[in-house]
Amino acid sequence: MRIAKGLLYALGLPALLVLAWWAGTTGAKNFFVPTPGALVSTFTDTWFGNRILTDVLPSLGRLFVGVLSAIILGILAGLLIGSVRWLRALTEPVLEFFRAVPPPVLVPVLMLLMCITDGMKVAVIISGCIWPVLLNTIEGVRAIDGVLSDSARTYGISGWARVRYLVLPSAGPQVMAGVRQCLSIGLILMVISEMFASSSGLGFTIVQFQRSFAVPEMWSGIVILGLIGVAMSLIFQFTERHILRWYHGLREVENAA
Amino acid sequence: MSKKVLGIAGILGFLLTWELIPRLGIIEARFLPPASDVIAALAGYVPLTAFWGAVSETLLAWFLGLTAAVALAVVLGFVVGSSPFLRRCTNSTVEFLRPIPSVALIPLAVLLFGVKIQSSLMLIIYASFWQVFIQVLYGVADVDNVAMQTARSYGLKTAARVRHVVFPTALPYLMTGVRLAASVALILAITAELVIGSPGLGREIALAQSGGAISGMYALILTTGLIGVVINLLMRLVERRTLSWHSSIRSEVIV
Repeated sequence: MRIAKGLLYALGLPALLVLAWWAGTTGAKNFFVPTPGALVSTFTDTWFGNRILTDVLPSLGRLFVGVLSAIILGILAGLLIGSVRWLRALTEPVLEFFRAVPPPVLVPVLMLLMCITDGMKVAVIISGCIWPVLLNTIEGVRAIDGVLSDSARTYGISGWARVRYLVLPSAGPQVMAGVRQCLSIGLILMVISEMFASSSGLGFTIVQFQRSFAVPEMWSGIVILGLIGVAMSLIFQFTERHILRWYHGLREVENAA
Repeated sequence: MSKKVLGIAGILGFLLTWELIPRLGIIEARFLPPASDVIAALAGYVPLTAFWGAVSETLLAWFLGLTAAVALAVVLGFVVGSSPFLRRCTNSTVEFLRPIPSVALIPLAVLLFGVKIQSSLMLIIYASFWQVFIQVLYGVADVDNVAMQTARSYGLKTAARVRHVVFPTALPYLMTGVRLAASVALILAITAELVIGSPGLGREIALAQSGGAISGMYALILTTGLIGVVINLLMRLVERRTLSWHSSIRSEVIV
């Protein structure tokens, strides 16, 4: 009974929306909006074939490499800058500026510097995604609890052990907040770098559909980008819950008290 | 004091490195002009009306999009957030729609509006709406039960309860959402201009690049960064002002 009720809550509104969409499009012949049935069949025809190998997987590969390198580089640089006081003061204004530059303007710059290659697209993703991770890591490292830091020092914990058991865990929640922003920026940049300069990939294919007025195919492209976005956010939530298990537990205890 | 000096030293060091990389031939000046050239190009832009026209187009799209998104998100957020039934109904839909990247809508925007400001607005509103909406939902859900019941037993009507209990609780969340949305809106404004070609700084960047005005392109990029910094500072100031009564800001001032 309880599960059925939950299911009804979860599926009720989406079902109503699809019904409204179906009712709205079946009668009138609207060029811009396909019917749900047509969209589903176009979706399977368009994406479950050769295209998944030639366009979807390479795009996802670039996204994965780009985002992962951005996260690793961001955390490493953030640990370094965050723990050295003068370095932080030295770099802060420059980093603030780089964070404020909208990442898509880097596409033309990197196109000039690196020509149109896979490396350039990965570089676009890295150069856009690294800032939220970097700045959040710096902030997280800076805000380590003073008592914890002093206790670690008193017990003679230093070097790698200090990073592993003190710095990383206490900066963890901040770092994960940065990673969450980095993921959505990465997806945006993947699409834009392909829309701008490419002959393959998801972004290119979708723009191609739009230019040739293949409207149902274009919609199916929008749907697939949406599905990738949703999948990424689910994977992130799962990983975050796993990595920050202790933190969520702590929060629950604190909230209950 | 020394922090400021170090910060300025950092900026100068960055500019010096930038100046030296093309001068020493590590990257050809054709692709990365020295900092002095770019700053000179930027100074050359300042007296031009076309430049300020592009800046104001971008800022107009940013402002209109952000305002519309915030207004929509606040109204919907308060309505949905204050009813547990609506919250449960909409949860799955919101969680599905929110992660959809706004750039996925670019082809649709082009098809519907072409290279007009409406295309930019559509992307900006979609992207910034979720930032604010989610925060407002959290904020409205965070209302203290005791405060609510106190207000109820003192006979406050619904409107007064929203005004004096719900709104102050949700305000810090709302301001966080608006701050995030402001930078997202700028990103999307520039993106739309760059990719779709609606008028503004982004289109000027694309034009400068394809016309080979490389110093000009870097100067325009510098401008977008400066606009971003100004927007961040402005939003922090607004947050400070509107939340001057809130403990998170007050404790910052004391320490």
